[in-house]
Amino acid sequence: MAISGKVVELDSKLVSFIDTWKGRPGSEIMILHKVQEVYGYVPREVAMEISREIGIPLAKIYGIITFYHLFKLKKPGKNQISVCMGTACYLKGGNDLITEIEQLLGVGVNSTSSDGLFSLELVRCVGCCGLAPVMVINGKTYGNLKKNMLPEIFAEYRNKEEGKANG
Amino acid sequence: MIQEINTGKMIDVVINGEKVSIYEGTTILDAARKVNVKIPTLCKHPDLDATASCGICVVKVKNNRKLLRACCTKAEPGMEITTHDGELFEVRKNVLDLILATHPNECLTCLRNRNCELQTLAEEFGIRQQPYKAMVKELPKDVSTKAVTLDPRKCIGCGRCVDVCQNIQKVHALEFLDRGFDTRMAPAGDIVLKESPCIKCGQCSAHCPVGALVEFDEVSNVWEALRNPELHCVAQIAPAVRVAFGEGFGMEPGELVTGKMYALLRKLGFKAAFDTNFAADLTIMEEGSEFVKKLTTEPKSLPLITSCCPAWVDFLEKYYPDLIEHFSTCKSPHEMLGALAKTYYAQKIGVDPSKVFVVSIMPCTAKKYEVQRSEDMKSSGYQDVDISLTTREFVRMTKSSGIDFKSLKPENVDSMLGTYTGAGTIFGATGGVMEAAIRTAYFLVTGKNLGTLDVEAVRGLKGIKTGVVDVQGTKVRVAVAHGTGNVRTLMDELREAKAQGKPMPYDFIEVMACEGGCIAGGGQPYMVSNELRRQRTAGIYKDDKECAIRVSHENPDIKRLYDEFLEKPLSHKSHKLLHTHYVSRPLYYK
Repeated sequence: MAISGKVVELDSKLVSFIDTWKGRPGSEIMILHKVQEVYGYVPREVAMEISREIGIPLAKIYGIITFYHLFKLKKPGKNQISVCMGTACYLKGGNDLITEIEQLLGVGVNSTSSDGLFSLELVRCVGCCGLAPVMVINGKTYGNLKKNMLPEIFAEYRNKEEGKANG
Repeated sequence: MIQEINTGKMIDVVINGEKVSIYEGTTILDAARKVNVKIPTLCKHPDLDATASCGICVVKVKNNRKLLRACCTKAEPGMEITTHDGELFEVRKNVLDLILATHPNECLTCLRNRNCELQTLAEEFGIRQQPYKAMVKELPKDVSTKAVTLDPRKCIGCGRCVDVCQNIQKVHALEFLDRGFDTRMAPAGDIVLKESPCIKCGQCSAHCPVGALVEFDEVSNVWEALRNPELHCVAQIAPAVRVAFGEGFGMEPGELVTGKMYALLRKLGFKAAFDTNFAADLTIMEEGSEFVKKLTTEPKSLPLITSCCPAWVDFLEKYYPDLIEHFSTCKSPHEMLGALAKTYYAQKIGVDPSKVFVVSIMPCTAKKYEVQRSEDMKSSGYQDVDISLTTREFVRMTKSSGIDFKSLKPENVDSMLGTYTGAGTIFGATGGVMEAAIRTAYFLVTGKNLGTLDVEAVRGLKGIKTGVVDVQGTKVRVAVAHGTGNVRTLMDELREAKAQGKPMPYDFIEVMACEGGCIAGGGQPYMVSNELRRQRTAGIYKDDKECAIRVSHENPDIKRLYDEFLEKPLSHKSHKLLHTHYVSRPLYYK
């Protein structure tokens, strides 16, 4: 049912994780979480190798990956921007933020900027409606945002990257 | 194929005021059918388990405030059920309106026009306007397999195709991807079906209620060929077509329409009406000889596995390439006939083989793939079979011809590639190839015919059938599997035996990819159920019984073919024209 013949060499952390979970009910979700943690997304050849290792058809694995928004099929940017589109943030201008970000970074929703630095996604409520509208970058929350605050924030991340490159 | 309920215990329920006795465990939907009450449904197929995805079959049950889905609610003793009233009509119509809002308004140009479950319901519900804003998904059509066409825009999300692909066929080419409004049926990832494990069996298309999954339509190409004065068009009809084709014209399932079909072919402009049954007899001569050779000289190379089914060939090449050595090298019958039409027949009637155009009328979508499967399918020097049409396409083609099929007078076949025996005709049902092969293999070994030609052990709808045939003291262990889900179980058994170095459990294995065999193939008329399978199968065995000759090796025109052209089974010429090779193929090309 699953793919025969090795597709790709898996990360060693992943291999031992699969050994622990293999054969247990619901293991595919746990393993895919780990894949996402290790690679930042689910590369196709890794999904194929998982299919081979745990004997679950690739179609089933894709059914799961595409059902849950958490799983990504494309390599994400170095910095993950999540803009809240929960009710409060939406009313406070979340949509305007998105339009501004798209223009500033040349990136669409659910895609990654051409320089690989930023990817943009929408989320439903991050749990701090009092700070609406809210944006989260790599886990750091920016509240009470206004459009004109965005260039400075992004520049900070760009500078960090340049600093790394020069240092 | 669905498990039929026969719990032995009867219960009574009341449907629309009428008492009904049913087996305990029967659903409300089936209970209603017993008293000829039709509850509308879009997702429930008589051949598949309920998925309760469409919501049209809701009914009222007394003392229950909710509307219950009849397809998946079991009737309980004393239940008082209302299946039709004003409120239910409105609820159902609203569900239908919502589905129609996401469905393209393309009935006139759709292949399922006038043969579509959604369209039929829209007509029955008197839909005259669409109250909801149209929200049709823009997704590309997938014609990559040239066997099955997937148009995800037309999908209504019933899930039948995924069920049949994953749970019945165990192919896992299709899956629900994404969620909510964006849900679509597709192979894993951004690939087309051709790059997926799809075996082109077409069971998805045979079960789809709408035009989202259909056969790759080639009717117009056949018309074009027939209208080309330079071409010499000939056609052949497969065993299973003759017991189902009549359904397209309101005839009973299982009714034999062979003679009428020969007449039809000639009226349509085909220069010769051939019969794949003839080539089935030929297959038995080749495959039977292949089996007897292995049995008598190299029994360790057994089992021999039959190779008539192109979806099964694809399945084996993708899923069980390690078993290729056990596969019969025989081509499928219609490919053999194609090769002979462009060699033997062309020579005999003095026609340039490049002008001979062979059309196969098949119960199958995979045959469309098979005609271009490999270079072996050009053994005559040309593509041996030019086009393979499904039964459904040929019904449509006939309807557009203006010919009244039912009133046609039966005619005879063109015997050169047409005379057939009872053994040839039973190829259309599960167990048939095995039974035909046993009849001839027995003769080839012992020099005489079996006392009783009926081999009951290999007949019927059981998923895997096994038996032992005594051939002059040699016990030949045979197995028959149909539906690739069942086939998988059998192949795993072989693999396991091999891995453990144990002797093989069988000597001869027949495989058909579709449940019930070709009579319920992916290209046959819609709404297959076990009852329909039985009716069509009964037609096949009736044809066998009525044949004067019931063993392939006594077919006079097969004998003539060997005398005049092929010399003997497994000759050099036979190998060139009638046999093929197999290769290991990846599940995913991308």
